[in-house]
Amino acid sequence: MKTFQLTRPEDERQAVATAAKAKTAQQSADIRFIAGGTTLIDLMKLNVEQPQNLVDLNRLRLDKIEASPDGGLTIGATVRNSELAWHPLVRKNYPVLSEAILSGATVQIRNMATTAGNLLQRTRCMYFRDTAMPCNKREPGSGCAAITGVNRNLAILGTSEHCIATNPSDMNVALTALEATIHIRGTKGERTVPIGDFHLLPGKTPQRETVLEPGDLITHITLPPPASGTRSLYLKLRDRASYEFALASAAVVITHANGKITRARVALGGVGTKPWRSPEAETELTGQPAIDAVFRKAAEAALRDAKPQSQNGFKVELAKRCLVHALKLVTENA
Amino acid sequence: MSDRSEREKNPEAESPSAFGRSTRRTFLSRLGMAGLMASAGPITVGAQSSGGTQPESATASNDAVPVALRVNGKKYDLRIDPRTTLLDCLREHLHLTGSKKGCDHGQCGACTVHINGRRQLSCLSFAALHEGDEITTIEGIGQPEQMHPMQAAFVEYDAYQCGYCTCGQIMSAVALLKEPCGPDDAEVKEFMSGNICRCGAYQNIVAAIQKVRRGAKAG
Repeated sequence: MKTFQLTRPEDERQAVATAAKAKTAQQSADIRFIAGGTTLIDLMKLNVEQPQNLVDLNRLRLDKIEASPDGGLTIGATVRNSELAWHPLVRKNYPVLSEAILSGATVQIRNMATTAGNLLQRTRCMYFRDTAMPCNKREPGSGCAAITGVNRNLAILGTSEHCIATNPSDMNVALTALEATIHIRGTKGERTVPIGDFHLLPGKTPQRETVLEPGDLITHITLPPPASGTRSLYLKLRDRASYEFALASAAVVITHANGKITRARVALGGVGTKPWRSPEAETELTGQPAIDAVFRKAAEAALRDAKPQSQNGFKVELAKRCLVHALKLVTENA
Repeated sequence: MSDRSEREKNPEAESPSAFGRSTRRTFLSRLGMAGLMASAGPITVGAQSSGGTQPESATASNDAVPVALRVNGKKYDLRIDPRTTLLDCLREHLHLTGSKKGCDHGQCGACTVHINGRRQLSCLSFAALHEGDEITTIEGIGQPEQMHPMQAAFVEYDAYQCGYCTCGQIMSAVALLKEPCGPDDAEVKEFMSGNICRCGAYQNIVAAIQKVRRGAKAG
């Protein structure tokens, strides 16, 4: 691990000012915020990340969960994942979020990992994590070893010829279906970004994963109030029953009235280069009865643009069945 | 496993003098680099000068930071390299060698400690991030003459073979007692999935934990 300086800012303003001196807020950032450290320290040990300055956010008191005045929820950037998953308001109003978080990692890691850190969780593509291999995300222009290599776990949606790395987060998939808003404090003041616009597709610049610029500090995220009659659910399929990343997952937020789906929000995990919202599936579901044929049509629509690689073709059907089953479970006895 | 047992016998064996905090991976990649850059140069102490690679060792460097830690109720004032993980700090600076280094990447749970009452992975955190935290290691849970009920249950149920993962297992199991874990074995297994046992003592580990949970309820 390369050596670094540890900075302990007293407030948000100092944190932003320190980080604003970075050349980039993306891959290879020379200045990094640190809170839980579960992704960053792992990558620093692998020399995939080599920041010269770490800015400790743990003293900034960004660790509150509060009901918003509009009936939604405000979640601080450094709220630990376990805190969020077990919070009574999350259990009651946003079960999809609780289930998604609890399906990921382990108790120890969830006790450390934070909301903003999870938003910024890095891919588990093994070529990204191995500095001996080419990887356009880690080292732009070096090539993608995954496209011709071991790609069973990698993405089938949103890929480019430069990168097929999957966004590994479960929490992000739930937040996408819940239409979360990300609140950022930067050098020019505060701004908000809808989660759908926060993560970028790899395109020609897979090293750029989010819209964050140097100095940008995620302070909190907000969730809109749950619509009445809405149910939500997260279903995750993986190689083993616990402590494993998704091969395919589905977050569904469904409002059901008089035998029909009146509103649908669908996001997929384990298959996309970013948390994958599917407006195509939502269109197929809206106004339709909650029956298998409709679910299957939605699933077909969600995966229409899937581009499988040499080893992950199975994910296309797996993701479809995952979505169908999630929709079935969430509308049962509605 | 020889490097591991060596480390056990002598925590100072992994001193930064030879190769810094080398893992097999960094050792091999540095060996490769040095081979390329100084084809005949032997890898010796101070190899950075012969190979031209950046020194990565954590010798009493100028970058050391003051850190005040509270571990098992005792206060420690240290000056450490900021790269020191909490695990390395506990083992090598405070000589609390109960917490084990298995994978050093947050995948095995052998390094589990309690921070402010919650179980966390000491290998995935820097010691310098824990000023003001209340840290508890296995040494603070119980001692041979006064074992925690969970330690006694692990003995009673033979919940280990080689014992390397055991301290981490017990730290997780003790924390589990206060977590929202359902009553069934399946739920215990889910809550314990962050602690790998390569000997495969899982059945006995679950039995030991359930024994303590039933006892706690009865009491």
